[in-house]
Amino acid sequence: MLVTEGGVPLVPTCKKWGLEMGLSFFSKHLPIQEGQPWASKTPADIISTVEFNHTGELLATGDKGGRVVIFQREPESKNAPHSQGEYDVYSTFQSHEPEFDYLKSLEIEEKINKIKWLPQQNAAHSLLSTNDKTIKLWKITERDKRPEGYNLKDEEGKLKDLSTVTSLQVPVLKPMDLMVEVSPRRIFANGHTYHINSISVNSDCETYMSADDLRINLWHLAITDRSFNIVDIKPANMEDLTEVITASEFHPHHCNLFVYSSSKGSLRLCDMRAAALCDKHSKLFEEPEDPSNRSFFSEIISSVSDVKFSHSGRYMLTRDYLTVKVWDLNMEARPIETYQVHDYLRSKLCSLYENDCIFDKFECAWNGSDSVIMTGAYNNFFRMFDRNTKRDVTLEASRESSKPRAVLKPRRVCVGGKRRRDDISVDSLDFTKKILHTAWHPAENIIAIAATNNLYIFQDKVNSDMH
Amino acid sequence: MFARGLKRKCVGHEEDVEGALAGLKTVSSYSLQRQSLLDMSLVKLQLCHMLVEPNLCRSVLIANTVRQIQEEMTQDGTWRAVAPQAAGRAPLDRLVSTEILCRAAWEQEGACPAPGLGDGHTQGPVSDLCPVTSAQAPRHPQSSVWEMDGPRENRGSFHKSLDQIFETLETKNPSCMEELFSDVDSPYYDLDTVLTGMMGGARPGPCEGLEGLAPATPGPSASCKSDLGELDHVVEILVET
Repeated sequence: MLVTEGGVPLVPTCKKWGLEMGLSFFSKHLPIQEGQPWASKTPADIISTVEFNHTGELLATGDKGGRVVIFQREPESKNAPHSQGEYDVYSTFQSHEPEFDYLKSLEIEEKINKIKWLPQQNAAHSLLSTNDKTIKLWKITERDKRPEGYNLKDEEGKLKDLSTVTSLQVPVLKPMDLMVEVSPRRIFANGHTYHINSISVNSDCETYMSADDLRINLWHLAITDRSFNIVDIKPANMEDLTEVITASEFHPHHCNLFVYSSSKGSLRLCDMRAAALCDKHSKLFEEPEDPSNRSFFSEIISSVSDVKFSHSGRYMLTRDYLTVKVWDLNMEARPIETYQVHDYLRSKLCSLYENDCIFDKFECAWNGSDSVIMTGAYNNFFRMFDRNTKRDVTLEASRESSKPRAVLKPRRVCVGGKRRRDDISVDSLDFTKKILHTAWHPAENIIAIAATNNLYIFQDKVNSDMH
Repeated sequence: MFARGLKRKCVGHEEDVEGALAGLKTVSSYSLQRQSLLDMSLVKLQLCHMLVEPNLCRSVLIANTVRQIQEEMTQDGTWRAVAPQAAGRAPLDRLVSTEILCRAAWEQEGACPAPGLGDGHTQGPVSDLCPVTSAQAPRHPQSSVWEMDGPRENRGSFHKSLDQIFETLETKNPSCMEELFSDVDSPYYDLDTVLTGMMGGARPGPCEGLEGLAPATPGPSASCKSDLGELDHVVEILVET
C-alpha cells in the first residue's frame, strides 16, 4: 500500500499512485574506452540526458561518452493485452567526439548535455543533440525494403557479364530486416564561447535556440553558418560577473516567447518581438529571499537548475537545490506552489558544499496533464508531487528494489525521531547516486529515470491514461 | 586571553561572565566556520583551473560566496561580543572590492605570525585572512597539486584575486598551466605538458593575433587550420606511442 511522506496511507481510490510498475530495465555497462586520447576518467556510459519524443514512441538518451541510444516502444501485442508496449533499443550512434580547443589548451567534452526531438514532419525522425560547444541535427530513417532484380548487377552487387543478360526485368522491392539509419544533417558549430546548457525547439518548427552560461543564440534549422544572438549577459568586465544563465526554453505555443533562468534564482520571460536583443526581459520572476533562512549558501541553493513550461503553456516549473516551484506566467512576485524535495539537507549544506554536491543540477518534469511534477534526488530516489491532491511520494530506482512487474515501494527518509523499519536516515544517503535526469511520457504514465549509468523505465499499468 | 583571565577571577560577576563567555565562544566558532568556509571556497576556485574547462556557473557561485564572506568580515572587522543571531545576517551596505581585501592580507603576511587556527581570534580582519595561506592549503586532500614541497614558492600562484581568476578563465595561459601541473601525478600529466609545450613552441604568426580575440570569436579561424593540421598530426603520433 502506498503511503505518503507523512506516513498517512492513501485511500484505495488513489490507486493510480499504486503505480504498479512494469519494469523494463536497461542497463549500460560498457567498458571505459581505453586508448582514447582524452578518455575521461569516469565511465563513459553515465547517462547525461533523457528525452521522449512528441508521441512518446521514442526515448532518446545521451551519455558522457558522446553516444545517443534511442529506444522504441513496441506496439501493444493483441495476444497479451495487459502487457503494454515496452521499450527496446532502436538505434545507437556516436553523436559527438572529444575535441581539443588548441587556443585555450582545453578539452571539449563529448558528453551530450541535451537532446531535443523535432516534431515529426515525415517518415523520418529528427533530433538535436548538443555537447558543450556544438549542436548537431540527426536524421533517423528506417529501411525495411530493398530492391532486388537488377539487370546489370548481381545479388552481391558485382557487375554481371553482359553476355549472360538475355532479358530485361524490372527490379522489385522486397522486404528486408529493419535497418535504422542515422545521419548527421546539420552541424551548428562555433556559436558558443561558453558551455551550452540548453537547447529548445521553437513551436514554429523552423528555429531553435541554444543557451550557454552567458549568451543565447537563435538558429534556423536549415542554416548552420549563422546564428542570431538574442540574449547576452556578459559584463564588459569579466570581473563584474556575478550571474550566469542556467537553463532556457521556448514557450510551447507562442513562438515569440522564451524563458531563461539564472544562478541567482530568477526567471526572465522574453518577447522576441520587442527587440532584436532580448536583454531586457518582459517579465522577471523572482521570489524574495526569506531572511530567516539566510546563510552563505542561500544564493547557491536558489540557483535554478532547470526550467520547464507546462504543456498548457500557462505555468513554469523550476528546480533549485532543495525545492521545485510552480510559477504562473501571470504572477511575477512569487511562485504559486513550492514543494520541498529534500529539506532534510538544509542543515547539511556545508558538507554538501565541501563535496560539491550543492552544485548538482537536477532536472524536473511535468506529466502530460500538468497535474503531477517529478524530480530526482540522492540515493537514487526520485520524487513526485501531485498538484491537485498535494500528495507526494518518494520512489527508488535501483535493481534491488525493482523486480519486473513489481510495485515500486515508496521510500522514506527519516530525520531522527521515530524511525520505521525501512526508513533511511539522512546520514546513510548515498550522495554519489543522484538522479539528475528524468523524463515523463507526453501522454501516458510512463517515466524514464537515469540513475548514473542505468536507465529505468517505469510504466503505470493500473492507470495508463493521464488524469 | 580575555576569556580565560576572567574565568579564573571567579568572583560575583560569574553569571555575566559566563553569558559573555558563551557569546564569545559562539561568535568565535562562527568566525572559525566562516574562515574555514572562506578557505575552502578559495581552494575550490583554484582547483577548478585544473579541470577540463572550469564550470563557469560553479565558479561564479563560489566567487559570490567568497565575496559575501569577505563583505561580512569587513563589516564586523573589529571583534565584538555580538549576540549569535545577529552574526548570521550580512548587511549589504557596501560592496568591498575583493582585490583590496586579498591584497591587504598579502601585504600583512610578513607581519603575521604563523597562526594555529585555535587562537588569534581577537585580531582584525587582515589577520583573519592570513590563515588563508599555506597553513590551510595542504589540508585539502583532493588537491594533489597543493601537496606542495615548498609552500613558499607556490604561495604566489595561490593568492589570486577573484579578478585574476575570472580573467584566466577567459584566456588560458599555457605557461600558467605548466606551473599548475608541475606537481600533478595524474596519467594525463605527460600528454598535457607535452601538448602545452607544443603549443608554446608551435604558436606561429597566424594564430598569435587570434589569441587576444579568443573570448570574442569562438573557434579558430581558417588561417590557423594548417597549423592545427600539423598539431593534429603530431598529436596522432604521440597518442599512438
